[in-house]
Amino acid sequence: MKFPPPLAQKIAFFVLFVMTLFVVLPVLFVMFLIVKNGIGAISWEFLTAMPKQGMRAGGILPAIVGTFYLVAGAILFALPLGLFAAIYLSEYSQDTWLNRAIRLAIINIAGVPSVVFGLFGFALFVSFFKFGASILSGSLTLGIMILPVIITSSREAIDAVPGAFREVSLSLGATKLQTIRHAVLPHALPGILTGTILGIGRAAGETAPILFTVAAFYLPRLPQSIFDQAMALPYHLYVLSTQVPNVDVKIRYGTAFVLLVIVLLMNLIAITIRSHFRSKKKW
Amino acid sequence: MVTPSPDCNDLKDRFASANQSGDGVKIEIQNLTASFSNHGALDNVNLSIVSNEILSVIGPANSGKTTLLRTLNRLNDLTQSFQMTGRVLLDGRDIYKEYDPVILRRKVGVIFALPMPLPMTVFENIVYGLRRQGVNDRKKLSRIAEKALTDAYLWDEVKDRLEEEAPKLSGGQQQRLCIARTLALNPDVILFDEPCSGLDPISTAKIEEAMMKLKSQYTIVLVTNNTKQAARVGDRTAFFLMGKLIEVGETAKLFTAPTDSRTEGYISGRFG
Repeated sequence: MKFPPPLAQKIAFFVLFVMTLFVVLPVLFVMFLIVKNGIGAISWEFLTAMPKQGMRAGGILPAIVGTFYLVAGAILFALPLGLFAAIYLSEYSQDTWLNRAIRLAIINIAGVPSVVFGLFGFALFVSFFKFGASILSGSLTLGIMILPVIITSSREAIDAVPGAFREVSLSLGATKLQTIRHAVLPHALPGILTGTILGIGRAAGETAPILFTVAAFYLPRLPQSIFDQAMALPYHLYVLSTQVPNVDVKIRYGTAFVLLVIVLLMNLIAITIRSHFRSKKKW
Repeated sequence: MVTPSPDCNDLKDRFASANQSGDGVKIEIQNLTASFSNHGALDNVNLSIVSNEILSVIGPANSGKTTLLRTLNRLNDLTQSFQMTGRVLLDGRDIYKEYDPVILRRKVGVIFALPMPLPMTVFENIVYGLRRQGVNDRKKLSRIAEKALTDAYLWDEVKDRLEEEAPKLSGGQQQRLCIARTLALNPDVILFDEPCSGLDPISTAKIEEAMMKLKSQYTIVLVTNNTKQAARVGDRTAFFLMGKLIEVGETAKLFTAPTDSRTEGYISGRFG
């Protein structure tokens, strides 16, 4: 069977459009479901109160705060480490087998399942370093998990700065370090920030890495130090959905809604920063 | 064809004395051979560059002109595959052994073929090198910036635009900004790598005017694809072919009575 060209065009367009729709629909449906069922639970009390009656009532404040602590800790650990690694790999490392192996390792870390990070964090931080199940252990585990995201995006951002900037800077008598600091990093910043915020979003949403390293089943108080256990939104959601009987659907979806909003907000910030800097890009 | 500049005789004396006693020689290139990953770029070059002259370097593509220039302030060091033998002396000291490259590049500035302002304000571009040396006194920076911009024939055009982003300037202004940026460091030698290749005739004339003025204070090496430009501004001209220095001499003589037939062929447009 042969279609005349204009009709073939139309059919192809239609098929591609429908395929794209299939990609978007589930996302929209999930969001619709969560918003529809969860929005009713959102109240000032829900966001700022401790859980009550075995988590069947009250708020989710400790889980929100716990998630923020974990994410902040993960970034504090992973951003400097990842950025310095990216600078080394992009600006200093030469093409030797060792550096090729390092690059390969970084790509591979990104593909490791998150539950493996959880076990690794448990073995290293909780047991070996004896940090116990604590915010410290959880943050470090999440930090290691998001390292590849930060390194890869930072490297891409650094490599995208034109080589001519480096030559100009060096030719004006700047040292290599000054060149990186003043002629490269300022122009790589948006890309680095974008990667960082995507890392934040990922750290905020993962359950497996915090399962054995920090997450408390039920801890109706705010953590006092980095050696405390803490509740966290993703794990709290899991507990509410599978471990506690007779929880109001509203509370479950409300928790999911809060988590979703936090992650979406992070992504929105990333997109805003990127487009802001892109419009200012001058080369 | 080319009228010799009035101070030609004066220069001749200087070269004569330079050859005898080494006096007045700013840069001495001795047996310089250079290559990139086994691909030869310069072949046993011997060349002296005299203080306060403009030395034009001409030659067809792949003749090694730019490699020579980038050797003089060690920008080739950035290329991993670069290898060289021989010596380059600045004021009698080996730039590859007795100079830190950072210090060397403050003394030997370079203007690239394409104007390459950094994406910051005009003012910050000018003082970029000074700030990296730790100079942060605003008054001092402003004074040096004004002097550098004046010497680069740009002050009148940008004195009210110092806080504007440098890439907003026109191409010719950007290139003069790059010259001013180099002048702000008060170098001894300025290397020009085809500085007018992307510019219109009026901008080119302004840059040539700046060069003629600058040679009283600086030693200038001008790599150019434009033989007419070499003839206009160069006190002496060196002709390169396939990495070899074929001939060097006073511009007027090289362009009117070259000793090598290949030089004659190139300047009369038979090849290259």
